[in-house]
Amino acid sequence: MLKSHLAAQLLNLLAAGLLLISFAMLSRRRTQRLITLFAWQGSILFLSTCLVAYDASLTELYYSAALTLIMKVITLPWILHRLMRRLGAQWDSEPLVNIPATMLVGLVLVIFAFGLAEPISMLATTITRHTIGIALAVILLSFLMMITRRKAVTVVIGFLAMENGLFFAATSATYGMPMVIELGIALDLLVAVFILGIFFFQIHEQFDSLDLHHLETLRED
Amino acid sequence: MSVYSWTSIITAFSGTNLSSLLLLVAVWPVLGFAGLLRPRSVRFVARLLFPLGALVCVGVLLKAGAFLASECVPQEIVLPLGLANLPFHFRLDALSGFFLLLLGLAGAGISTFAAGYFRAGEGTSPGLLGLQYHIFLASMAVVILAGDAYLFMVAWEMMALSSYFLVTSQHRIPEIRRAGFLYLLMAHLGAICILLSFGAMQGGSWQFTFDAMRGTSLTPFWATAAFTLALLGFGAKAGLVPLHVWLPEAHPAAPSPVSAMMSGLMLKTAIYAMLRITFDLLHVQFWQWGVAVLALGLFSALFGAVFAAVQTDMKRLLAYSSIENIGLIFTGIGLAILFEASNLRLFAALALTAALIHALNHSLFKSLLFLSTGTVLHATKQRSLGKLGGLIRSMPWVAVLALIGTLSIAGLPPLNGFVSEWLLLQSFLFTAQIPHTFINMLVPLGAAALALTVALAAYVMVKFYGVIFLGQPREPSLAHAHDANWLERIGLMWLAAGCVAIGILPQFALRAAAAVTGALLGQTIAPNASIWQIAPIAPEQASYSGLIFLAGIVAVVGVAFVAVRLLAHGRIRRTPAWDCGYPWQNSRMQDTAEGFGQPIRHMFGAFFRMERDLPSPYDSEPRYRIHIEDRFWRGIYRPLARAVQRSADAMSVLQGGRLSIYLLFSFLTLIVLLVFIL
Repeated sequence: MLKSHLAAQLLNLLAAGLLLISFAMLSRRRTQRLITLFAWQGSILFLSTCLVAYDASLTELYYSAALTLIMKVITLPWILHRLMRRLGAQWDSEPLVNIPATMLVGLVLVIFAFGLAEPISMLATTITRHTIGIALAVILLSFLMMITRRKAVTVVIGFLAMENGLFFAATSATYGMPMVIELGIALDLLVAVFILGIFFFQIHEQFDSLDLHHLETLRED
Repeated sequence: MSVYSWTSIITAFSGTNLSSLLLLVAVWPVLGFAGLLRPRSVRFVARLLFPLGALVCVGVLLKAGAFLASECVPQEIVLPLGLANLPFHFRLDALSGFFLLLLGLAGAGISTFAAGYFRAGEGTSPGLLGLQYHIFLASMAVVILAGDAYLFMVAWEMMALSSYFLVTSQHRIPEIRRAGFLYLLMAHLGAICILLSFGAMQGGSWQFTFDAMRGTSLTPFWATAAFTLALLGFGAKAGLVPLHVWLPEAHPAAPSPVSAMMSGLMLKTAIYAMLRITFDLLHVQFWQWGVAVLALGLFSALFGAVFAAVQTDMKRLLAYSSIENIGLIFTGIGLAILFEASNLRLFAALALTAALIHALNHSLFKSLLFLSTGTVLHATKQRSLGKLGGLIRSMPWVAVLALIGTLSIAGLPPLNGFVSEWLLLQSFLFTAQIPHTFINMLVPLGAAALALTVALAAYVMVKFYGVIFLGQPREPSLAHAHDANWLERIGLMWLAAGCVAIGILPQFALRAAAAVTGALLGQTIAPNASIWQIAPIAPEQASYSGLIFLAGIVAVVGVAFVAVRLLAHGRIRRTPAWDCGYPWQNSRMQDTAEGFGQPIRHMFGAFFRMERDLPSPYDSEPRYRIHIEDRFWRGIYRPLARAVQRSADAMSVLQGGRLSIYLLFSFLTLIVLLVFIL
């Protein structure tokens, strides 16, 4: 009981960290900082998954924690960093309009997510059930980040962060998804990043910039 | 699928007509795919596989004939194909037997002709064409044999798609692509209507077998809804005005055997389905349905005949003539519904027999004529009537066989067109017994319209035959046109023989139709058909004997021939016809296709939208151009297309091009859905 209690406290702490990072991502201008934040988010996810695995004594969750570590903390940030260097965009920063307003919208979303998670937490039996609200909030905040950004790379980071939120939601609601599905998602992510990387090159070559507003000219009238 | 059901299937396949028919039908796709082994070889595909397909047609013909000659007890087979819990039901009864007979009879002729027709270097490679062709044939057979709505729709769509690819086989020509698109569009609109009609017909039971639909009792509203949707859907496929617009575009675009298949066979599947739904599944409930079908049918017939009279492209002319004939068939169906709903079973059987036999006849003579245009096209590379003429000398075989088709379609005895048109007029004579005064007053008008249509059709055929085969060649190259090759001749002869046989001995066709009317209405006409004559209601009222007619014609011609040879000098002399004392006649002085249609264009001016360029009297190179357009294009289709375009433009505001806006859409959707869960 004590072990569980301590674990639950720790888990809440980690979840809070996750939410904080999401907010930090919303307000960061520099793309490289965002990648670092994304890596941090992944490592928190790794820690929390390990914690849940330890507490619930589920060996499978250790595997998915390891997968998280390899994919989201090491491989993907490394690929993204490399991409930025190759594209000569590592010092890129983008103008963000009205950070306070974005933050306020984010706050509303967090409240909304908590309201939404309330009935689900009632049903869940896991020790992690209180964090479902946070997981949903992370998903919505990442989505918001995708909407407010204009650079291709940052949109992709938002997309990856959203997947982090989904993963966190899965561990907190049901102790993770079946292994097959997790492996599949991991592979999907890797492939998606590769393909998007190719798109980056194409966009960069075409418009000499990674700004997405150039794509508006592609519209057929 | 358990072992038990497989064994039951195998035992079911051992003997019945239906199982052997299904096996025969399955040979077609096999032949089609065999063509892919050597797709470029005309010799392999056309000279070997197509004749085999024709043999299968003959097999289907014999099997269907044997079934119709027997007691016509419906047979059913359930095959565990398709989706889980939704097996394919096949059903063979008198109605499907009759249409299979039609498919086999005309299909055999067309396939044999096609074996001689396809050459290398004309659009799609022969192997692919053979695949599409045989899939088309097989899907038509499956449409006719389908015993549930699901299989019916699958086969129906397959038929539409395979025929689309056949139509666009020369897809490098933009007009053909456009015609194909129009055809596909109309086919899909029709399919949606048919799907909805089946949805209305299941009546809340969610059972889609025809057996279940036969058993459900629908409220008048739903029954009428199902009927209306079916009329729209099958009308679009059959080419009923105003859903006919694809027909004059698609038929000329397709290679001639395909035009023959589409006009001769595919339009008949729509007739089949209409009969199946109206008489078998919905059990004819209201006489108003009959009035609607009758009015649409008569209008289509008149419209088709008038438009055919002013065409200058020989295949377009035949396409409009198809609209006319489909109109006649629908007229018969409308009368049958009217009689049946008024409890006049015998007359309903008469009208239905007329419709069925006309369908059979049309499949024969229209295929024959389309195939003849194919040989003319190959021999002369011309489709425009203005550049043909005098081909009777260079293409005697085709000319004689096409003449038989022309006389049949014009409704002259002793050929088959006369039989069905005579039966149709006969059934109009009994409309006085319908217990609705208003209808009673209007129907004679319909009879008059029918007579006018039939006369116009004869006029059209005189134009068709006269301009192509008679007179002098309008182009010098026509003198060297080559005749049909022997496979083509066999195909044409088969169809022409069918025309003659049904005309002289209509008893067999009547008996086949009687099996259908017996199954659908419980009533047959002419219970005691003798070999000498047919008398649909009573011999003292009206009877027809093809044999006596033939004997009379042979006797008159023989006597005249003998008299001329014996009494006159007997020498054969070739001279120009009566030249009014002006001996220097050339081909420019002949009546043209435009000239022939001109009186009709004037009399029925209200039907057309015309644009004319008249040359000035001082023009040294005068050119006369006339463009005739369907009023339905401007009346219905253009406004409809514009409305669709406008609404699409309005929707395209959503496509702003900004990624964040798109993301916002999905974000808002997500939030709204989450709120709903909350």
